[in-house]
Amino acid sequence: MRYLLIVFALLACKQPVRFNLGRAATASEIKAWDIDVRPDGTGLPEGSGTVGRGREIYAAKCAICHGKTGTEGPYNILVGAIDDTTKAKTIGNYWPYATTLFDYTRRAMPYNLPGSLTDNEVYSITAFLLHANKIIDSTTEMNKRSLPAIVMPARKHFVDDDRQGGPEVK
Amino acid sequence: MEEKKIKRRTLLAGAAAAASLAFMKIASGQLVPVQTADPTKTLGPPPGEIGTRSPFEKPLKITSDTSSRTPLQDLFGTITPSDLHFERHHGGVPAIDPHRYELLIHGMVDKPMIFTLADLKRFPSVSRIAFLECSGNFRSGKEKMTPQEICGLTSQSEWTGVMLSTLFREVGIHPKATWFLAEGSDAAVMTRSIPVKKGWDDAMIAYGQNGEALRPQQGYPARLFLPGWEGNTNVKWLRRIELSDQPFMTREETSKYTEEIKDGKIRQFSFDMDARSIITFPAYPVQLEKGWVEIRGIAWSGRGKITTVEISTDAGKNWYPAKLQEPVLDKAHVAFRYLWQWDGSETAIMSRAVDETGYSQPTLKQLVTARGNDMGGYHLNPVTAWIIKRDGQVLFKPEKWK
Repeated sequence: MRYLLIVFALLACKQPVRFNLGRAATASEIKAWDIDVRPDGTGLPEGSGTVGRGREIYAAKCAICHGKTGTEGPYNILVGAIDDTTKAKTIGNYWPYATTLFDYTRRAMPYNLPGSLTDNEVYSITAFLLHANKIIDSTTEMNKRSLPAIVMPARKHFVDDDRQGGPEVK
Repeated sequence: MEEKKIKRRTLLAGAAAAASLAFMKIASGQLVPVQTADPTKTLGPPPGEIGTRSPFEKPLKITSDTSSRTPLQDLFGTITPSDLHFERHHGGVPAIDPHRYELLIHGMVDKPMIFTLADLKRFPSVSRIAFLECSGNFRSGKEKMTPQEICGLTSQSEWTGVMLSTLFREVGIHPKATWFLAEGSDAAVMTRSIPVKKGWDDAMIAYGQNGEALRPQQGYPARLFLPGWEGNTNVKWLRRIELSDQPFMTREETSKYTEEIKDGKIRQFSFDMDARSIITFPAYPVQLEKGWVEIRGIAWSGRGKITTVEISTDAGKNWYPAKLQEPVLDKAHVAFRYLWQWDGSETAIMSRAVDETGYSQPTLKQLVTARGNDMGGYHLNPVTAWIIKRDGQVLFKPEKWK
């Protein structure tokens, strides 16, 4: 009897796999929040943008923080020499994926009006900044196919952390 | 009960008429004690709905546009009062209605699900004391710097919440899912990619901090908490977790929280915070007096427990073990103490933490040797020295590396 009680107590204490709390998310709920864009282009929306249009939007909405040409600041300097990070970490010398530019601009920029840009505007600003960093020519249109195909100059420098503690300083 | 209240109020009114009250009402409506010539001859304030600090104590964070730093030198023990916990935001502090809060978990899962805050609180909960440190937590450059200015972007709390593994089981994680995206609901819609392994290991969705709800500055009503990992990965105001078989390469983990190391390489996903310590007393601006001094400070490691803190009082020639305050917790600040007799001669005092992986807190020179001159500002944990002048002035010893 006592043995049975102990077994029952053990069974009662065991954590279930599922608690049946929460609810199923609907497809439209997921779609409303699923805004990330991945290096392979997954998540990129329809639409497109050009360097020329991007230049106009940049002047109106971005230059106040990043400088007229993207090299002045005062906040994050966006344009700089490829492979030279000594002066500033820019899109040209420090961003490994072009898709990240779209993702971040769309989710967080402009700083004072986050999330206010249309997808076409984000494609255009992305095009302008990639051109300013000499990564694409002035005629390349940015869309969900052309953007993930860009190989960023900084990509080759990135390595994963291999530190695991222990006596070695890394 | 009501009668008592009236009586007390009458009493207070009478006392006010006699001008022998030792308290005042501050802007928030709280009654706080005020200084009088003799506190035994004046009536203090009654109990209040919320406590206050003594008006003689004014610990403050030092703020910038994007961060504020914990006054490490003003604290006792190892728990950071919640209102003094450091802050680092990327789009300010959002106001989120806890009744409308939802956490979405989707992607490579059996069943995409949404959890309300009430749902999260119904799951089995866990509390854990652990530090949280910004990976950009090192400042140098001048002698007149406090511990707060040098490394005030580390704080410690008792975090309460639900283990992420519990939620992982609830939604059913696809066996091929290796990463998840954590996304906040602030103006930056902050995102970081986190290995699923950390999710199964010790990640928490925290809603409690030091016994109360999270502070808004700490991610109210719920945040990701990843013990021992760089602050930025602990996404606040968490609204979405998406499972994937690869990292998402967000702006934060590519162009920001990465560091240049040797041979032109840039290190990415450097999550663990290395072992570190800082002497918080005596430290600038303390004026030291000759005689017995209890050297005090905190030490921590994102890779486990601190096993030893060594102290040098002769600028690094000799090292002796400090006393560690029990309990020494995993991935937590631990207080250390070392009794020393200062004879009035000029010297430098230093502390060096060792963790259970055998890692010993390096010097700045060792860090430069390992990573190169362009190592950037993340994951810097050098041994820090305080110069003690003959006149008792205590000054930070800044070291240049560029």
